[in-house]
Formats: sequence, C-alpha cells, structure tokens
Amino acid sequence: MRFDALTGVLLVPAVAAALLATLPDYRLSARLNVLATTLTFVCALSLFFVRPQPGAYLLVDDLNGTFIVLTTFVGFTTSVFSLSYIGHELEIGRLTPPFVRFYHSMYQVLMFAMNLALVANNIGLMWVAIELATLTTVLMVGIYRTHEALEAAWKYFILGSVGIALALFGTILVYMAARPVVGEGLDAMVWTVLVRRAGAFDPALLDVAFVFLLLGYGTKVGLAPLHAWLPDAHAEGPTPISAVLSGLLLNVALYALLRFKMLLAVNTAALAPGPLMVTLGLISLVFAAFMLYRRRDIKRLFAYSSIEHMGIITFAFGMGGPLANFAGLLHMTMHSLTKSAIFFAVGHVTQVKGTQRIADIGGLTVTHPVLGWGLALGVVAIAGLPPLGIFMSEFLVVSSTFARAPLLAIILVFGLLVGLAGLFLRLNGIAFGEPRGPSAKARASYVPMFAHLALVFAAGIYMPPALVAWFQNVAGLLG
Amino acid sequence: MTRIDFDIAHLLAGLLVLISFLELYQDRLYALLNVFAMHALVLAASVAWQAFIQDAPHLYVTAAIALLFKAIVIPVALHRIIVRLGIHREIEKVVGVGTAMLAGIGLVALSMVVMLRVTHEADPLAREDLAFALSVVLLGLLMMVTRRNAVSQVVGFMSLENGLVLAATGAKGMPLVVEISIAFSILVAFIVIGIFLFRIRERFDTVDVGALDRFRGERR
Repeated sequence: MRFDALTGVLLVPAVAAALLATLPDYRLSARLNVLATTLTFVCALSLFFVRPQPGAYLLVDDLNGTFIVLTTFVGFTTSVFSLSYIGHELEIGRLTPPFVRFYHSMYQVLMFAMNLALVANNIGLMWVAIELATLTTVLMVGIYRTHEALEAAWKYFILGSVGIALALFGTILVYMAARPVVGEGLDAMVWTVLVRRAGAFDPALLDVAFVFLLLGYGTKVGLAPLHAWLPDAHAEGPTPISAVLSGLLLNVALYALLRFKMLLAVNTAALAPGPLMVTLGLISLVFAAFMLYRRRDIKRLFAYSSIEHMGIITFAFGMGGPLANFAGLLHMTMHSLTKSAIFFAVGHVTQVKGTQRIADIGGLTVTHPVLGWGLALGVVAIAGLPPLGIFMSEFLVVSSTFARAPLLAIILVFGLLVGLAGLFLRLNGIAFGEPRGPSAKARASYVPMFAHLALVFAAGIYMPPALVAWFQNVAGLLG
Repeated sequence: MTRIDFDIAHLLAGLLVLISFLELYQDRLYALLNVFAMHALVLAASVAWQAFIQDAPHLYVTAAIALLFKAIVIPVALHRIIVRLGIHREIEKVVGVGTAMLAGIGLVALSMVVMLRVTHEADPLAREDLAFALSVVLLGLLMMVTRRNAVSQVVGFMSLENGLVLAATGAKGMPLVVEISIAFSILVAFIVIGIFLFRIRERFDTVDVGALDRFRGERR
C-alpha cells in the first residue's frame, strides 16, 4: 500500500496507541502523545493538497476534510493541555502510572476511531468506528474509579450502547432500501454509491431508517431528551476527555447524521429530515439553557452548555439552505474551539482549587488572574457576545431563521438569552466576588487555551475570504 | 426459495420473539440467564439457517459466534459473577408481569405495523424477518427500562443485540455482517468485564442500579 495522507491520519494514531501501551515512562509517553497528534494534524492538513480517490471503504471530500482538520487540531492542542494536566494528577496521586499509560494509549485509539468515522465511505464501517469511539470514551470516563466516575461510565455505557444499537438498525434499513436498486453486496453500503442512486430508493423504508439513525446517533450528539449520559460523562472523566468529548466526539456523531441527511435530500419522495432536526435542536437548546441555572458542578455547567450549542448546530443544519448550513458549520467550528478552551481553563481551575463545586470556587480573577480572565473570556465567547466568533455564527443562524421562519427564530432567541443569563450568573460567582478556596500558584499550560480563544476572537473580527469561500462551498454540499 | 425454507426461517424468527417475551417476566437471575442462553441458541440456529438458504458461508461465522460466545461463554461468566456477588437469590421486580407483557404485545404490534407497511417491495422473508427483528429489539429495550439490576440490564441489551443480528442476517447479502457481529461481541464482552472489574458490588454494595443514583454529582 502506498503511503498517503489519508493512511497517515489513520495509521499514526493506531501505531502510537500500540506504542504508548507498551511505554512505562509517563513523561516520555505524554510527549509522544503530543508528537503523534502533531503528526496526525500535519497529515490532515496535507489532505487539502493531495486528495486520494474515494474507495469502497474510505473517502475524503470537502465536507469531511473540514471535520478532520478540526478534529486533529483540537486533538493536538488537547494533548498539549493534557501534558500538564496529567502531570498534576500523578503528583497528587489521583492517577497512578499504569492508568496514565492506559490513558495515553486510549487517547490515541479515540483519535483513530474518530478519524476513521470521519473518513469512512462505508456506512457499516462508520458505525463500527463510532462504536469504537464510544467504547474508548467509556473507559476513559471511568478512569478515576470513584463512585461518581463508575456511575457516569455505566450510564454512558448503557445509553451509548442503546444509541448505537438503534443506529445499526437504521443502517441495516438503509441497506435494505438500497439493495433492490444497487444490488447485493458491498456497493449497497458505500456512501458515494448510495448518494448517487438514492433517488430510486423506497422512500418509506428510508424514512423509518432515518428515524432510527436520528435517535441512535442523536444520542451520541447529546440531543435532549437523549442527553442523559452527557453531563455525567463530562463531569466525572479527566478534563482533557471532557474537552475532546464536547469539542469533537459530538461533532463526529453529528457528521454521521449529516451524511444520512444528504442521502434523504436526494430522494424527493422521502420525508424531509429538516423539521425533525429543527425540533430536536430547539428542544435541546431551550432545555439546556434552563438547566444552566441550577448547576453546582462547574464541569456539569459547561456540559449543559454543550447540549445547548449542539442544539443550535443541529437546528441550523435542520433549517438547511446555504446560509443556515454556513452558519451551522461556522458555529460548530467556533463551539469546538471555545468549549475545549473553556475545559482547558476549568481543568486547571479544578486542580488548583481541588474541587469541582461552584460554591467552593470564587474570585478566580483575584487569586489566579490569568486563569480567571481566560475562563471569563471563554464564557463571554460561548455566551455569544460580540465581537467573538460565536456571536458571528449565532447572529447568522438567527438572521437566516428570521427571514424564513420568524416563529422559530423567536424560540431560538429566547433560548439563547436564557442561556446567556444563566452562564453569566454562574461566571459572576466563579470569576469575581469574594476569593474562595486555595490560592496556590497554578502550574498550567496557558498556550492551548489562549491559542483557541485567539482563533475565536480573530474569526469574530475578520474572516479571511478564502475561509469564507471554503465554508460556503461545504455548505453548498450539504444542500 | 422453497416453501419449507421460508417456513423454517419464519419459525426460528418467531421463536426468538417468543423467547424475548419469556425473558420479560423472569424474576430470578439464574432463570433469566438460562432463558437468555436459549435465546442465543435459537439465534444461532436462525443465522445458520439463513447461511444455508442464502448460500452465504460467512454467516456461519456469525452463527458460531452466537453459539459459542452468547449461548455459552457469556451466560457461564454471568453465572459466576452472580454467585461471586452473592445475588443469585435476589428477586427483582419493577413493573408487574401483566403490565410488562401488555407493553410487550403493544411493541410487537407496533413493529409489525411499521415494518410491514414500509417494506412492500422487499421479498416476503426479509420483510417478516425485519418485523420480527424490530420486535426483538424493542422487547430488549423494554426489558432494559423495566429492570434495575445491572446484570439483567445487560441481558436486555444482549437480546436487543440478537434482534439486530437477526435483522442483519435477514437482509440478504449485507456486507460486513460478520465484522459487525464481532464488534458487538467485543462491546458485550466489555460490558460484562465492566460489571466484574469495576466491581460495582464492592463499590456500591449492590448491583441495583438504583443505588448508583445516590452518588450523582449533583447531590454532593
């Protein structure tokens, strides 16, 4: 097999996972982890220049190219953050060296699984990859072996398994719909073949298939009311994993949904997937916005904020059309960058304060100015205030909706405002006010956090025309 | 396909639905495991029959996995875990038998209505297999929500998964079936190892998932 960038995106994490599983020295393996994610990112970038032909199993096009670059970039910055985070966890004895070895190996398996899910051209292979990603994150969530961590892992396990089981049923139904048209065998599961021939599929079967896929992969996206696993998994796992879960894995599941949505869009007789996604998106947004108020755990707070934003993104893609899709893509990118930056900050905050309880964290800007202001900036960004990137994308979602469905836009704006107020209410206590908790100096790596925030800030001020053109192109693909 | 081929495939798929009903009202863990082993056995027979009539030798691998792994290894492992955890005498009940059965009948009716209506064009065997498979999947889900014990939730999940394998083998010529059934077996193995290694019993003094709720982060 000839080595190309596509192989690199898959091979580097796979080899690194095997290597890291055997290395006992955690300092070396943490650095190797960073090196592997850097290499993967470089491979992903080069996919823009040299693009392999789609095969029966793998495919790179403009849509998943965007996702892959985002995934590998956040994977890379998170590995840098994890370097100092894991060092601290070892120091205070929350993790032991064997667990750290396991953690690093699993981190790479997760990167492999996510990349595989993104480049898969075969809907069966995509399903297997998402299952693998679920399994690895379950293992990571339970890594602390506390009551809470085990509960979260178990809950995630059961709900995630049911979700992917439903998604498999949907996948089988898609095959059943394709078989009379495409013929038996491998071709009837290859996405590029399916999307070319989908016009002739039995629409009723496709409808039922999409409902199963929406429920199945929607569980993984964390859409309300299928979200129950998400806050627990975010709160109890190691913070780098919370960052990867929020920033990346939810996107990957959404990507799978988008692929099937494109399939249904080709078949004019099938039901329009848009309204279903719009409904679930709005429910998630409004529900999560209200849930922000009563949170006592800082990681849970931002987990609910992730549900809120996945709701907005699903809503935007559900509305469809060039403008809403553009807004959805932009929002997804901005949310991934901002939310992982917030989790980087939160990870260090919980380490210096020794707790995740919001009540025990206060006056961060006084005790830890850099960390506190970084977190405050992140929250300002995620709440959607100008001039940051999320304001831009939310503004686009809202304005495109007002033009087409004013009633939905009112609900959307209502949800956004409720969420904004909820976040600021909590931020006020955490970042300002009376300093609480220990004020020992933090040994943190601020670079990944501020790099993300700088990108979000830059995107809010000025989007390079090349990037805009790229997103417009991808938005056009989504139909 | 001759008449008898169709009838036997039909019979085995129907039997699977019936055994799913049997699982619904088992209130002792041992009995539940035995019924599940039977479920897996019938699945293996059904998959092997499909392999035979479709002339698809790779499906024998899936049948073998169902037979060895699900009908023998998993039940035996769960048996030992139950003994080790000392919960083999426990009787659990969340929803009454009558309610659970009625809900189950409703779900089977639902899946028949949905599946038979949307699959006019598929061949009759695939069509009815799919309807049966969806029934098994929904009954498995029902079992997962009506049980509070971690072990019986796992059994519910595995019978749900049996339904998926039934659907995948019924869809004639579907690629990757073997790979998918292996992936699922790994998942199940992880869950079972999870119960044991995480030592839910030791940590919580019970495998009753209801007890886990007490440790929710929100109530600290």
